[in-house]
Amino acid sequence: MKIITCIKQVPDSEAKVTAQDGQVSWGESPLVINPFDEYAVEAALQQKDNGDFTVTALCIGPESAKEALKHALAMGADEAILVSDPALENLDSQGAARVLASAIQKIGDGKLVIFGRQTLDNGAGVTAAQTARVLGWPLLSFTGKLELNGEGVRVERVIEEGKQTVSAKLPAVMSVIQNIGEPRYPSFMGIRKASKANIPVWTLADLGMTAPATAVRRIELMNPPARDAQCEIISGDSPEEIAEILVEKILAEKVL
Amino acid sequence: MKTCVYIDHFKGEVVQASWEALGAAKSFGEAAAIVLGSGIEGLVKSAFEFGADEVLAADDASLADFRPETYASTLSAILADSSPALVLLPSTSRTREVAAMSAIDLNSGVLTDVTGLELDGESVLATRPIYEGKLFEKTTCAARPQFVTLRARAFPRPSPEAGRSGSVRNYPAAGRALTTVEGYAAGEMGVSLVDAGVIAAGGRGVSNNPSLGLDEAETAKKGFELLGELAGVLGGAVGASRAVVDAGFIPYAHQVGQTGKVVAPDLYIAAGISGAIQHIVGIRSAKLVVAINKDAEAPIFQAARYGVVGDLFTFVPALTAAFKKKLGK
Repeated sequence: MKIITCIKQVPDSEAKVTAQDGQVSWGESPLVINPFDEYAVEAALQQKDNGDFTVTALCIGPESAKEALKHALAMGADEAILVSDPALENLDSQGAARVLASAIQKIGDGKLVIFGRQTLDNGAGVTAAQTARVLGWPLLSFTGKLELNGEGVRVERVIEEGKQTVSAKLPAVMSVIQNIGEPRYPSFMGIRKASKANIPVWTLADLGMTAPATAVRRIELMNPPARDAQCEIISGDSPEEIAEILVEKILAEKVL
Repeated sequence: MKTCVYIDHFKGEVVQASWEALGAAKSFGEAAAIVLGSGIEGLVKSAFEFGADEVLAADDASLADFRPETYASTLSAILADSSPALVLLPSTSRTREVAAMSAIDLNSGVLTDVTGLELDGESVLATRPIYEGKLFEKTTCAARPQFVTLRARAFPRPSPEAGRSGSVRNYPAAGRALTTVEGYAAGEMGVSLVDAGVIAAGGRGVSNNPSLGLDEAETAKKGFELLGELAGVLGGAVGASRAVVDAGFIPYAHQVGQTGKVVAPDLYIAAGISGAIQHIVGIRSAKLVVAINKDAEAPIFQAARYGVVGDLFTFVPALTAAFKKKLGK
């Protein structure tokens, strides 16, 4: 039985990301596996540690995204698949969900599909729900703990209002949050194995589909409004005096 | 232009940003509120009071627990019948699911976490943060209806008008639930960081203060009590950095930043928070940031308008007292 983790490659979270000539620029910073997706890989590997599963990492992206897949392999995933096609350049989340659903069907024998809670780049966090919808499988989002039991899965979800225990039959789609546990570091052996791995590349033709229609389109990219960077350090003879000055200043800003 | 607004609620408690979405819709013309659930008369009444011109409701026992499949199918059926150009939803864990799934059903797109809206005819131009708020993009959706989720506190909340009412159109529940809700444990009450007007937040400096002669857990307990008193005077909530949440000193519900909540308070007071980039991205939308830190070189000061270099354990109580005095409490 297979657990499939869907990952994406994004600029490192430390990168200085700017808009340049209408394009996103991240300078010399590396592209890495989306940090939230490392939790997805970790969640899958925890199930592999305890049961009879193999873990497949799946990614849509250019050839260079193989590096993100190699990270998942180095952590302990058994196989990796890249979906890459020039026709996918302007993919939106619903298009991504349709492509991922086709790839998941082609991989076959998937019992559980695990996503990170969102990506660092677009950040919409809707692809897991949309993939579940296309597949017609149950969705268990914001999962912090999971327990597989034969034909089903029971999870603890963390939502705004508290924690919920939810169960569903397999196969299912889930998104995980950091409560799942810190992602393991790639082992030395894992890195060696990953560096030699042959990662198959599937095109849309391999999936028997054409490029999904794009509904969402970016029309402008903007840097955030420049912030008044000057910080005024308040000083005084005593904490009480500083506090009084600070309160005056805060109230004068009229934000409260 | 006719807009539909999805009223999000958890067990009958409305997410207040739903009313902000209703206010935004009204600025474009007629607004119909969509209310799904079981025993929802109170919610329907509130929707009219907050400005709905019409309510499209599905009141059914099968909708008692929120399950994404049934809620999305019911929403899709209502939208297919009423065919609005635009659907606005508050941005929450639930709407992420229903908007996402309904967009698949209706072959359209979702624009999430939107902070600014303009209209170009019947096409919406939505501004939303991307790359953790390092950039913004203006996006459109070519298909209909356009699903747009609005970030809390980005749009003004209308005032309710008591006794206002209108007509209700009832719809049946649709779809088949694929999950079972077995249990629920309420989170800590009063922690609604995304709705908070003021947040007093603590970081490593709250637990790491050897001069008190206490162990770290006791130090953190004391520190968060002080921040709780400050937040209390200002009617606000207590936030925290990832470091103190990971150390187990305060629950995850309080965490601000990339892996916690993105917040937009009027005033954010960061005490003993060094200001890692992952924290800063979570507070970019705060109107005013005040930083308190022993280390004058802490990066948090670069994100703050006002700073105080000092020990939060002596300064926070002084600040609480000064606010009390000034606000006459």
